[in-house]
Amino acid sequence: MATKADFRTTLQDWLPKLVLAPSFAVTLLFVYGFILFTVVLSFTGSKMLPKFTWVGFENYEKLFALPAWSTAIVNIAIFATLYITICTLIGLMLAIFLDQKIRGEGVLRPIYLYPMALSFIVTGTAWKWFLDPGIGLERIMHQWGWESFSFTWIKDGEMALYTIVIAAVWQTSGFVMAMFLAGLRGIDNEILKAAQIDGASNWQLYRRIVIPLLRPAFLSAFVILSHLAIKSYDLVIALTGGGPGRATEMPATFMYSYTFTRNQMGIGASSAVIMLMTIAAIMVPYLYAELKEKK
Amino acid sequence: MSAVTQDTAVSTGRITRAFIYLVLILFALFYLLPLYVMGVNSLKPLQEITGGNMMALPSEWTLDPWRSAWSTAQIGVEPTGLKPYFLNSILMVVPAVAISTIIGALNGYVLTKWRFRGDTWVFGLMLFSCFIPFQIVLIPMAVVLGKLGLAGTVPGLILVHVVYGIGFTTLYFRNYYASFPTELVRAAMIDGAGFFRIFWRILLPVSGPIAVVSVIWQFTNIWNDFLFGVSFGGTSQPMTVALNNLVQSSTGVKEYNVHFAGAILAALPTLLVYIVAGRYFVRGLMAGSVKG
Repeated sequence: MATKADFRTTLQDWLPKLVLAPSFAVTLLFVYGFILFTVVLSFTGSKMLPKFTWVGFENYEKLFALPAWSTAIVNIAIFATLYITICTLIGLMLAIFLDQKIRGEGVLRPIYLYPMALSFIVTGTAWKWFLDPGIGLERIMHQWGWESFSFTWIKDGEMALYTIVIAAVWQTSGFVMAMFLAGLRGIDNEILKAAQIDGASNWQLYRRIVIPLLRPAFLSAFVILSHLAIKSYDLVIALTGGGPGRATEMPATFMYSYTFTRNQMGIGASSAVIMLMTIAAIMVPYLYAELKEKK
Repeated sequence: MSAVTQDTAVSTGRITRAFIYLVLILFALFYLLPLYVMGVNSLKPLQEITGGNMMALPSEWTLDPWRSAWSTAQIGVEPTGLKPYFLNSILMVVPAVAISTIIGALNGYVLTKWRFRGDTWVFGLMLFSCFIPFQIVLIPMAVVLGKLGLAGTVPGLILVHVVYGIGFTTLYFRNYYASFPTELVRAAMIDGAGFFRIFWRILLPVSGPIAVVSVIWQFTNIWNDFLFGVSFGGTSQPMTVALNNLVQSSTGVKEYNVHFAGAILAALPTLLVYIVAGRYFVRGLMAGSVKG
């Protein structure tokens, strides 16, 4: 009898860990094991299939000598900067405006937010044809009588990157708005009233009090947007396919094409490692701070 | 989030307010524009797009582009329409969402009510996995799916989405259960209730709101996924991959109206979920992963 009870208690002690164990094991294997595998591959001469001939840093040297990779790095830097800045500015502006006892807020909010529910492939399809000079915006303007109107960015190697910014901002700026709005609604109105009594103008109120109080929302928005930016693959594929030429190549498209279509797996793996390190540099300090706080 | 109705104390003048309304309405038009373009042009014959104006309403309304996108359009080499891919997506999404949500709930329960040494580390490691660029796991995943005989199958895609989804579902349930009074769980333990009994009788009945969040999040992410679908979909490609194949196809005439109808078909499930339950999604996001 005693041993049976003991067994039950022991089981109860171990049960929680047993329940968690499969998820943890899967994470260790499929996330950290796979990361290790890719890191190892990046130091091998793998071409079409993984093989384990050690080549040291050769892939990384080759990678950074490739013009396509340099293009990808420059593109992601421009794209991420514009995308994060514009999304944050639009999101903040819409949130502050919506917070002014606006009639119809209940109608406007879902309109701003719905693009977030769509796949990047859908977004890409819609904008690809809307921005196409042959049938889209340029032609619309011509038909409406603005004959000199020209908008050929999507076909222009110099400008195609900015069409990706437009579509990406369209997709996520409403979501950023929601994050800021939640932050604004969390601010105690008494603070604002006190400042008003002290004679602060609206502009001063926002610049000196409200925006500093929104710091956590800024940080969350930055982390989420930079993470989305670096992962951006679908939107580029759907909107420009990395073109015209290789003008809108990004690290994500580079990795895919080198690994799976050009059979340069070693170089593909090394580009994935660089992507991971970039994201980790942003995410790890953020997650560390979050988890420490919540303890 | 009950504070949502609480407006700011800032007051504004007439002209400022007019300006604010103008900006808000212009942005609403900007967000609605692609939806309008897709909707209107999916109901036109092709020559009205190539020969007409994209912003104009159809002069001849037709459902043919929808029929074609659904059942006859050329996807890759087969004239199957998007229907079989839509089914693939459903077959993939439903089990993947269910499994990852259940696992997430159990994990969140263990991590908050049965804490042990090092649990924050376990959680931290799982949480970081949500944010990795998936490019880092593509090659080994292809190898493993091949070894398991799951490459190019729906079960293979389910496995992938569950594996990379449990980080987020665990995060949601952990944050939600963390605010649930642990005393109640302790009291139940003293009364002799076991691990699963406590979960089933005490935690699960109050999990509705966060389960909704987890389901919506997983549904949207998995339905909208393209990278895993295109890498591991093989002959069981999901809707997003098929739509991309349809739109990017370089042979024949570009049937824009069919592309738009297909895009709306691909967007419909997530849009419906968003319309029906979107408010819970945003609330949950604010309360869960993101500190507003």
